[in-house]
Amino acid sequence: MTSTDFWLPEPVRVLRRQQELETTWTLELEPGKAGGRPCIPGQFNMLYMFGVGEVPISISGDTSLAESLVHTIRAVGPVSRQLAALQPMATVGLRGPFGVGWPMAAAEGSDLLLVAGGLGLAPLRPAIYHVLNNRERYGRVLLLYGTRSPEDILFHDQLEEWSKLPDFEVHITVDHAGSDWQGKVGVVPALVPTLAFDPEDTVAMVCGPEVMMRFTASALRGAGVEDDAIFLSMERNMKCALGHCGHCQFGATFICKDGPVLSFDRVRGLLSLKEF
Amino acid sequence: MKSIAQIVCEHPFFEGLDTEFCDLMCGCARNVRFNAGEYLFHQGDDADYLYLVRHGQVALELAVPGKAPVRFQTLHDGDVVGISWILPPYHWACDARAIGLTRAIAMDAHCLRNKCDQDPALGYAVLNRLLPILAGRLHATQMQILDVYGAPEGPAG
Repeated sequence: MTSTDFWLPEPVRVLRRQQELETTWTLELEPGKAGGRPCIPGQFNMLYMFGVGEVPISISGDTSLAESLVHTIRAVGPVSRQLAALQPMATVGLRGPFGVGWPMAAAEGSDLLLVAGGLGLAPLRPAIYHVLNNRERYGRVLLLYGTRSPEDILFHDQLEEWSKLPDFEVHITVDHAGSDWQGKVGVVPALVPTLAFDPEDTVAMVCGPEVMMRFTASALRGAGVEDDAIFLSMERNMKCALGHCGHCQFGATFICKDGPVLSFDRVRGLLSLKEF
Repeated sequence: MKSIAQIVCEHPFFEGLDTEFCDLMCGCARNVRFNAGEYLFHQGDDADYLYLVRHGQVALELAVPGKAPVRFQTLHDGDVVGISWILPPYHWACDARAIGLTRAIAMDAHCLRNKCDQDPALGYAVLNRLLPILAGRLHATQMQILDVYGAPEGPAG
């Protein structure tokens, strides 16, 4: 493979398409050349709708499976709307995988506190698959998931399955609900102080809107988790994915090549910088 | 069996409070239970109690004209339900309803306010415990208003 390969979208076909939520779909793609490059949980691919544009989309499937690349896409803009509408056998451009993923190796032997907000559960799902595939290497897993309403719970059935596993706790909270919802209501950072866990032996992985990650990191610090044990997946505006265009520059860091997963001690001082 | 004084003083809200203060507060406390669906209080009514949840789940809800009530927060074991008792005009700002069987300590608000007024050190200690709860709920509300999980506005891929 030459370095120029990363600049060229490779045409791959859509294998399967599944609707998750009203505006969110999961696409399984042919792995293409990327199938020959092992993906790491937390990495992303650039998906290109020919003639429309290109967007970074996190891998949301099991990265140990080579037969397909799984992405969960919310239709919010011109490119993602067309991507999400793709039917099986349609063609899409693929570049990747890119970026630094979750610190799965470094977290071995520790308990994991995974905190997801909204669609942020998708980039965390490969980390969960990795843990389940290598269960003996990790301690307790606590997954906190916050989303807008009960109707917006992503991967609902899977969350239910995971909650039945030993040493795997799932805590779901929604921002608003009707009176028929029997679960928790409130923001996800507020769950952190209610949990019993050993902060010195816990690695936290957080993915969601930046505001939610900021409050979550603050709650984790308050609970005693060290800054270098808190990892956030930053999702600022990435364009080239190679650190050349500068769109996603975040201080001295380029989200696309130094991230998207970054430890909180690296980004703590930068989270107040507004994205334009 | 634990005495009410033990239960009150062991509740996270009063944890660490000077024993003398804690004993003083216990005179305002009594055990209560609410079955699923029962209201602890209704919006606009007099805020006569502070509830310390022992076990259970309580939903805070707001009535929206023409719509079903919106549930915006649930409170659980160890939480405090009801802040309005500390602020004039002492009226509840929302409804509170038990989702499941809920056991709590109801602290009489008149009694609490009198004791806090008579002993500013006690009042300060109580406010020190209430303010972080208030601030936490304010921050949570800010985040909910931002609707951070909604679709982004403006250009997006």
